[in-house]
Amino acid sequence: MIEPGTEAPEFTLKDQDGMRVSPSDFRGGKVMLCFYPADFSPACSDQLSIYQEVLGEIESRGARLLGISVDSIWSHRAFREQLGLEIPLLADFHPKGEVAARYGAYLEEYGTSNRSLVLVDETGVVEWVHESPTPLEIPGANLIFDALADR
Amino acid sequence: MNVSELTSATVPPAGPEDHVRGAGAELIVYADLGCPHCAASWQRIVAAGGRIAFRHFPVASKHPRAPALHAAAEAAGRQDAFFAMIDSLFADRGHVDDPHLWKRVEALGLDLDRFEADRRDEAVAARVRRDFESGLRAGVTGTPAVFREARLVPLQRLPEPSM
Repeated sequence: MIEPGTEAPEFTLKDQDGMRVSPSDFRGGKVMLCFYPADFSPACSDQLSIYQEVLGEIESRGARLLGISVDSIWSHRAFREQLGLEIPLLADFHPKGEVAARYGAYLEEYGTSNRSLVLVDETGVVEWVHESPTPLEIPGANLIFDALADR
Repeated sequence: MNVSELTSATVPPAGPEDHVRGAGAELIVYADLGCPHCAASWQRIVAAGGRIAFRHFPVASKHPRAPALHAAAEAAGRQDAFFAMIDSLFADRGHVDDPHLWKRVEALGLDLDRFEADRRDEAVAARVRRDFESGLRAGVTGTPAVFREARLVPLQRLPEPSM
């Protein structure tokens, strides 16, 4: 995984609506990147639906939450609709997993990103990271609030 | 909006404001009344009790009807029928629209007018949210989440219910 204190690699990915999104769009605020393995998988569904329940609380602390997986924008759109998500989902689809790899969050063996959180600060520097020991372990939303509270 | 404290914290022990049933070793159960897995596991959890403290953990994005069902359980609780409503909702997940809830209220012998007023009470929503937040702070990421002595217990560790 990328180390705290390093500059967050800049990227541009399309969201579920085909809009281009970059971390630098949110400079001046914090960005929590949520790398997850796959749309529609049970664990990812649990993870994102819990985060959705506290999305307002995350944003009220000055952070934007962005989901990232190797799925396409069309898959993201359907996944958001199915789960009632308002979290933007970015398609790290082509070249597959390139952004995840730049953050050290790509699992070559599985062909997906791992399950990890990366907090980027107001100046574009990585402030905090959390990598799940296994893709089945979901970081609770409490960890997001711990990360936002400590800094 | 009100900013709640949502950083990590251990599961609060069962207290006087909790909905508690039974006696013996205590399980604290965070469950979502719209969750099929919770419904399927409820009998096993009940059979594993002990004393069960039920805590609300509605995940509205995934189960859009969950907030209404949790409010209904709280409202039934004001007429001493909290667990009767929980059991009823978990036993039949196919009938959860308002007219179905009214039938359940009738079947449980509760006052419908009072139920209707209570389930829309802001204090009821706040009570549900309080449980949700305590679960979230304890790291609950899926339901049901069962805690024994403040530690998460995998469901498969609970004894099988006898048939």
